[in-house]
Amino acid sequence: MAEHHSSYVPKTGIERWIDARLPIIRLMHDSAVSYPVPRNLNYFWTFGGILMFMLVAQIVTGIVLVMHYTPHVDFAFASVEHIMRDVNYGWLLRYMHANGASMFFIAVYIHIFRGMYYGSYKAPRELLWILGVVIFLLMMATAFMGYVLPWGQMSFWGATVITNLFSAIPVIGDPIVTWLWGGYSVDNPTLNRFFSLHYLLPFMILGVVVLHVWALHHVGQNNPTGVEVKNVAKDTVPFTPFATVKDLFAMVCFMMVFGWFVFYHPNFLGHADNYIPADPLKTPAHIVPEWYFLPFYGILRAIPDKLGGVVAMFAAIAILAFLPWLDTSKVKSGKYRPTFKIFFWIFVVVSVLLGYTGSQPTDKVVLALGGRTILDMVGFAQILTVMYFAYFVIALPLLGLFEKPKAVPASIADSVLGDAKAAK
Amino acid sequence: MKIASRHLVAAFALLGLSGLAAPALAAGGAEHPPAQKWSFSGPFGTFDRAQLQRGFKVYREVCSSCHGLEKISFRNLSQPGGPGFTEGQVKTLAAEYKVKDGPNESGDMFERPGRPADRFPAPFPNAEAAKAANGGAVPPDFSVIAKARTYERGFPMWLIDIFTQYQEQGPDYIVALLNGYEVAPKGVTVEAGLHYNKYFPGNKIAMANPLVAVIDDNGKPNDPGFYTDGTPVTREQVARDLAAFLMWAAEPKLEERKHLGAKVMLWLLLLAGLLYFTKKRIWSRLEGAH
Repeated sequence: MAEHHSSYVPKTGIERWIDARLPIIRLMHDSAVSYPVPRNLNYFWTFGGILMFMLVAQIVTGIVLVMHYTPHVDFAFASVEHIMRDVNYGWLLRYMHANGASMFFIAVYIHIFRGMYYGSYKAPRELLWILGVVIFLLMMATAFMGYVLPWGQMSFWGATVITNLFSAIPVIGDPIVTWLWGGYSVDNPTLNRFFSLHYLLPFMILGVVVLHVWALHHVGQNNPTGVEVKNVAKDTVPFTPFATVKDLFAMVCFMMVFGWFVFYHPNFLGHADNYIPADPLKTPAHIVPEWYFLPFYGILRAIPDKLGGVVAMFAAIAILAFLPWLDTSKVKSGKYRPTFKIFFWIFVVVSVLLGYTGSQPTDKVVLALGGRTILDMVGFAQILTVMYFAYFVIALPLLGLFEKPKAVPASIADSVLGDAKAAK
Repeated sequence: MKIASRHLVAAFALLGLSGLAAPALAAGGAEHPPAQKWSFSGPFGTFDRAQLQRGFKVYREVCSSCHGLEKISFRNLSQPGGPGFTEGQVKTLAAEYKVKDGPNESGDMFERPGRPADRFPAPFPNAEAAKAANGGAVPPDFSVIAKARTYERGFPMWLIDIFTQYQEQGPDYIVALLNGYEVAPKGVTVEAGLHYNKYFPGNKIAMANPLVAVIDDNGKPNDPGFYTDGTPVTREQVARDLAAFLMWAAEPKLEERKHLGAKVMLWLLLLAGLLYFTKKRIWSRLEGAH
């Protein structure tokens, strides 16, 4: 909180010496020990810590994998198999890294939807939210380039399809694609630059995460009531031990889900095609991106025009950054917004269904009557795309004007103690 | 609040797992392979050593003339979690292969008997030679083939698979393919050099039924003593043994992975339990805590 004063008291001579010169222990104490958090946070607020853990896990496993990987079209696939077979615990490192990407996205989607439900993007947290959108974009770029590195069939063809999107830009599109590829097709130069960027971007993510956490600790956490902290003593608890132990418990539970996939189902979240070495002459029957890109891929394919599809896909992500101003409601938390709740859940379902359309062939029939196709996958995706954007540009602006919200508790403490009394 | 949280959980569970449909390698009019029973499935699954040894025999005597095993070294055959050959057996086996080496002091390449550290020699010197010998199709390498083949599970099976840990699409497909050769149905023309197989995507496969080398058209073994451990020599058995061997070749650390997994999961479970009660204890200090 802005008005939160440091409670750190250096106890030893060394601590006092350091504190007078570089107050780094004070900084750590203030942000991880005495930092006040609303006492009514539920378990959806543990995903920030889980995401931090995932980022570190990805960086650590990635650094070791790089020691054994060869970024060359002739050796990349073989070097990944070398990691799986000959490197001590190489299989564990690779499966952790590959499944870790999926776990990272599961956590980030929960984190984003939590923010959307409880209105965490509203004043004074607009910059905090926008930094989050930037992290999300960087994550997508990193994950995409990482998937190219094993140089399997899906790596190669995924890279071809996605980089080709830029050719939709008028006039300069084709030169841009050639520039991205470093040649006239996806080839060794492409693999090399993707490798370089895949190593760079996580550290950029880390940088933006620092800003994200800084902004968070400046404005303080939102909470399920959406009511700001009024009395630090009554409404909050110190981060340590309260939030620390809760975050740790949630993190260990999340690690069990992670472990389930790593140890028992390591290839479930990947594609079998990526165990076939890349072959520029053989296109796979279906080119499908990783699951976490599917809703956006669904939007891309919903628009018949190539440029239109690319614009819609990027707009679907970019529009998140405008959420603080599209939502006109004065009430933050969806808990007190009965009509908003309905639209929110429709939006969640629409996002899931968009993912489904992205995973299916475009000509697949969704609805047929008497042998005549009424709705195919593209048509279905078009309806869902309209609904996706309507949530942002129609539902959210209008709901704030017409919806009658329920009474909001006077303070966080009131809400917690009221609940406790009601339970008795 | 409580209800909202529960809804959120359910929705996220759905969302996180949406559209995880596997790629449709075995789509295109092909039948779904029937599920087999595998010793290596499930959280405590291990390979059946005798089965892997039989499968290796099938690979060596039937498949290896066209299909390579380029990621596998002879030494892998005696490593823990594998077919369990002794180091002596592996040495003898490797020596039966001719491996190209060199250049020697005079600058010439030469052939020498294989050593355990050598990889399995490729059946063809290059892809062009493989094509020329196989009517234009390159027989795929077998090192990771068991993980590179699958078929679409469809909704809701893929979702259920998360909990049942079903992931043997590859081996199931291999068994089905080897048993899927049939006379083409009426109205289907199979071009010269292709063969009808009801499990192959598109149904027309360049490879002729390879198991005729072991089992004749009436289902009788050409050599009843093909297996020396008394296992009956049937087409299904031979196909299953080969598929198990290929699964090991693709995932040689499967046993190590599952063993470590059990320890890690148990440890995490204990830690989660301790943390849960610690959390309860700490939060109970607050008035009106929940």
